[in-house]
Amino acid sequence: MRQARIALELLAPAVLVVAVALFGTLVSASTQTYVITTLVNVAIVVALYVFIGNSGVLSFGHVSFVAVGAWTAGILSMPASEKPAIMPNLAGFLRDTTVGNVPSLALAAAVGAAYALIVGLPLMRLSGLAAGIATLGVLEITHNVLRYWEKIGPGLNTFSAVPETTGLLQAAVGALIAVAVAFLYQRSRYGRMLRATREDAAAASAVGVSVYGQRLVAFTLSGALAGLAGGLYVHLLPVNTELLYLNLTFITLAMLVIGGATSLWGAVVGAVVVSAVDSFLAEAENGVHVPGGTLDFPSGTRIVVVGALMAFVLIVRPSGLTGGRELPLPRALARSLLTKFSA
Amino acid sequence: MTLVGTFLGADWQTLADAFGLGGIYALMAVGIGLVFGVLRLVNFAYGQLVMAGAYALAFAYERGWPVWVGILLCFAVVVVLSVAMDWVVFRLLRSQSPAVMLVATFAVAFLLQSIALLWFKPLGKIAASLSSLNQPWTISGVDIRKISVVATLIAFGCLVALVVLLGRTSVGLHMRAAALDFRTARLLGVRANRVITSAVLISGLLAATVAVLMTVQTPLVTPDFALRDTILVLAGVVLGGMNRLISATLGGFAIGFAAGFLGGALPTDQSQYLPSFLFAAVILVLLIRPAGLFTRGSQQAVERV
Repeated sequence: MRQARIALELLAPAVLVVAVALFGTLVSASTQTYVITTLVNVAIVVALYVFIGNSGVLSFGHVSFVAVGAWTAGILSMPASEKPAIMPNLAGFLRDTTVGNVPSLALAAAVGAAYALIVGLPLMRLSGLAAGIATLGVLEITHNVLRYWEKIGPGLNTFSAVPETTGLLQAAVGALIAVAVAFLYQRSRYGRMLRATREDAAAASAVGVSVYGQRLVAFTLSGALAGLAGGLYVHLLPVNTELLYLNLTFITLAMLVIGGATSLWGAVVGAVVVSAVDSFLAEAENGVHVPGGTLDFPSGTRIVVVGALMAFVLIVRPSGLTGGRELPLPRALARSLLTKFSA
Repeated sequence: MTLVGTFLGADWQTLADAFGLGGIYALMAVGIGLVFGVLRLVNFAYGQLVMAGAYALAFAYERGWPVWVGILLCFAVVVVLSVAMDWVVFRLLRSQSPAVMLVATFAVAFLLQSIALLWFKPLGKIAASLSSLNQPWTISGVDIRKISVVATLIAFGCLVALVVLLGRTSVGLHMRAAALDFRTARLLGVRANRVITSAVLISGLLAATVAVLMTVQTPLVTPDFALRDTILVLAGVVLGGMNRLISATLGGFAIGFAAGFLGGALPTDQSQYLPSFLFAAVILVLLIRPAGLFTRGSQQAVERV
């Protein structure tokens, strides 16, 4: 019974990811791009969840780790012949190093983790509003530096010419890795300790849990996942600094909150549901045929709807669509398991 | 070190600009701080109130209406929007945790911004009815733009008026009591909705004032008008200390002054990194004094996000 529940905690989000990916194989190529984006969003939101969901501390700064991951993977995997045109001022060793697809993703995760660790070392002492503002500060600084420092990237240019390797398979594998890591973490001793600090920081530290240490572990781990997601992102479409800034922060945070911030299931559901709505609206901004006519929304409708949806969910169901709980066992299954074990 | 050099060599115009911007940011800080005091709500969407006011001014300017009509329209729009925001969203969230409320205001901010994007298109509109204020006054051989002085004076005037309101009227007394301890204040007969509505009203009035002052220096009104300023002011408010209005105001002024001063004094190749400097300073201060720079004693913040 207990094992079934634990298995479901991993399987439910994983099956949802696989289902989305399978759906992606059935649709046209243009729709498939939306499906791939959805899967990358799942990875970002799960990264957010690992820290925000388990610690209860708000972070507006995770998109900076996504950006750093995207920069790492983008610079290192761009063909050496293309680099001078897009990044004329790139530092020497970055110009001369070129790695393949998978190593670039691994490095993106590593750099994301390292950056999160460096940022987290001082910042994890903060909580509450101070933490929110400080992480927002990290986002501002990262955005500002990546935008103007041309030694470490394209600056204001766009990351074109990066091999577009993030297809359905790579995005799905990336999202599954994120889900698996988040699952293993939340079942681990560290995950439990961090959740204890979320429920009552004073009580947790009274039994010997280091609030600072546990938050730092989660922050670093979620930095790694966010970096990985950034790597996936840059292999999907040509990104620039503006794409990895406030709008992405808002929309991923909205996904987490709408789904339910305190469960892995909620994070994945939120990412999938909001991405689906968002993709539909993006398509409708170009005009889409539905039974009974053509929908043609003016561009910009997406954020209006997502913003309204987020406010609505917060008012009606502040703990998210899933109530912030993992998927419960279906009643019938639970009953049959119960009778089997008690017999 | 260039920074020291700029300190010594700063001209009067830069200083006056810095004071003007500090004053404007102080007004925004008061608007955010007042609402936080009674509602424990950090209003991320405050900048969008300013944006709406700026669009109202642009609307009036496009039609060639007199200046005072534009300003009146700006005040009307902002105050209505401010109260509507409270009624439609914040009132329903009052029992929620501060984190939920912060995320909700984040959503409202993006909602309003994208409505503006849909409605007015991304290119922006011009609100230049007060642009004559950009001309300089010459005081004993030194040129100073009028708007810098006007902004400083108006900000100062508003703050004095607010101090009088909070200190000498019964509504002010109620608001201070509610800010200190909302539940006890209610038990002692303070009418909650009246206090909240007046706080929201005043913060709306301040946002409208800020809109008028800001459009003088930045006449191009776009959907992300005042967004960057709001982020800076929020940082300043937390930096100063949210729990007391005076410390929040000082924090707002400090960050506005720093932004204006460094922005004017640094050469371009360094001033493009200005946000980094400012936020690095904010983070540094938060690490040393998480409860705020201008707070007294070891008061712990009440909110738990």
